[in-house]
Amino acid sequence: MIRVCDVSFRWRRQDPLVLEIADLEVAAGERAFIKGPSGSGKTTLLNLLGGVAVPEAGRILVMDTDISALPGARRDAFRADHIGFIFQLFNLLPYLSLIDNVLLPCRFSPTRRQRALARATSLEAEARRLLGHMELDTDALASHPVSRLSMGQQQRVAAARALIGAPELVIADEPTSALDAEVRRSFLDLLFREVAEAGSALLFVSHDASLEGAFDRTIALVEINRAAPPG
Amino acid sequence: MPIVALAWKSLLNRSATAALTVLAIAVSVTLLLGVEKVRTEAKASFANTISGTDLIVGARSGAIQLLLYSVFRIGNATSNISWRGYRDIAERPEVAWTIPLSLGDSHRGFRVLGTSRDYFRHYRFGGKRTLAFTSGGPFEDLFDTVLGADVARSLGYALGDQIVIDHGLGQAGFTNHKDKPFRVAGILEKTGTPVDRTVHVSLAGIEAIHADWQGGTRVPGMTISAERLRAMDLRPKAITAFQVGLESKLAVFTMQRYINGYRQEPLLAILPGVALQELWDLMGTAEAALTAISVFVVATGLLGMLIMLLAGLNERRREMAILRSVGARPLHVFGLFVTEATVLTALGSLLGLALLYAVLLVAQPIVDARFGLHLSISPPTARDLAVIGLVIAAGFATGAIPAYRAYRRSLADGMMVRS
Repeated sequence: MIRVCDVSFRWRRQDPLVLEIADLEVAAGERAFIKGPSGSGKTTLLNLLGGVAVPEAGRILVMDTDISALPGARRDAFRADHIGFIFQLFNLLPYLSLIDNVLLPCRFSPTRRQRALARATSLEAEARRLLGHMELDTDALASHPVSRLSMGQQQRVAAARALIGAPELVIADEPTSALDAEVRRSFLDLLFREVAEAGSALLFVSHDASLEGAFDRTIALVEINRAAPPG
Repeated sequence: MPIVALAWKSLLNRSATAALTVLAIAVSVTLLLGVEKVRTEAKASFANTISGTDLIVGARSGAIQLLLYSVFRIGNATSNISWRGYRDIAERPEVAWTIPLSLGDSHRGFRVLGTSRDYFRHYRFGGKRTLAFTSGGPFEDLFDTVLGADVARSLGYALGDQIVIDHGLGQAGFTNHKDKPFRVAGILEKTGTPVDRTVHVSLAGIEAIHADWQGGTRVPGMTISAERLRAMDLRPKAITAFQVGLESKLAVFTMQRYINGYRQEPLLAILPGVALQELWDLMGTAEAALTAISVFVVATGLLGMLIMLLAGLNERRREMAILRSVGARPLHVFGLFVTEATVLTALGSLLGLALLYAVLLVAQPIVDARFGLHLSISPPTARDLAVIGLVIAAGFATGAIPAYRAYRRSLADGMMVRS
């Protein structure tokens, strides 16, 4: 699913390297936990995998496509088609409805739209189905602005958005760090269930080591990133 | 294109600031279109006031001054022309008709014009239209008067009413010609020209009310009864100006040269169209200044929008990052801001246009009554639409500034906001 070979990256030419990874692999459908304190290069790695940043050297293969070799517009299209993202906080656009927030990837990716339509009669029905699986009462919540949802509810909406159109890869960046322990547990369970159903690989980035037991594999970023400060 | 829908929803979400921005642009567009409207309507109204007249003749002064006091009743003549001089020219073979004009008196703020019955026969306005009566007809008797439509309406006069003419142009002065009241013999239809605000009497009528006056004051102990006046020779000694219609248009310049070189007294003959053009040239600078000011007001409106979009830029970095994560290209981010600016400007322009018509509806009767300027309410002209198009294009260009900054930032931020 993912292969990172001899990749190095720095933000600006005069800056030091922030990322240097010889080899990183994630298999299809695998649930990988990437562990690392802040400053270990997590953000950089996610930007590279998403094709928003381009490495200085090396290759990043996602589904056997070298995304670092694609032109910018194609990288953006590739990300839209194959990767769903969940962030730590404020995942939702305040001016869009619950359903429209979930459907955002389908607006930019015809592939995701078609796959979503293959699973349900309409895009909205698919969004409602996913929100239902995330145990959100769409009918009760749809009339409120999304900014009024609780943090846990917002993260579940974000998960539904990452999963719509069944992308091959879901990347979650500290999605649970703003949630309290109980909500965190149920969020993870829901996420795992849906990722499994969609058949997506999950790359879960966190500094919270207590979660790693739930994953197939743990990757310590400090160990594989030679440019990371020791710690 | 999902960007247009996103831009629209994003603006709705900030409806308070967006509405104020739209309003600022709307007011500026109203001003811009309004200035243009008043300018063209004023020109049309001036141009409609006189037609079919080949020459206007008065005492030697400036062409514009002569045009203004003889046709538009603006300002005063510095000197008169003699009756003999007038008849001399009127009787030339090239001349088809003349309309003598004698100004200087007023009735409750409206100018009094002494003229002949030829006025009702030969005066043309708005192309080829002649004066028509809503009631009555031209003056017959020495003390008959014919009122313009606005005079009759605003003073509430009807046929047969008695009115008293003031001496000079003062408002309801106490030096009036109380002993010689005039009877309303006719009321003219509305023309949309200064005729509407004019009280017409015969030249002899003007002479009659001045028979016992000398040098602007009443001669003490000298009052002449209306009956005695009728027996007097009331042929005027002088008039203010006269309009000339020629047998052949070809003679215009020959005739003008003849009058301007008239030996017996200094006269000035003008072609109304040429003098009008001189007037426009004179007003061109003021018009340009007015247009420049309204263009700057539009620029201020757009500046307000720029401030709104730039101020929102920082708090929207998160939004840009989310859009990038779901597959938006940096170009989409650019498009989002440009679309927002264009939508704001387009809404502002349309609202401005609507506002213009609202203002016109309210102002039309007031401007008509106070300035005699009829603002017609007509669909927007091609020029109006071009102006609106330009404003929207300027809004688009203005939007490119925050759009470019958002574009640069989203390239740098990627999916994570780096602060």
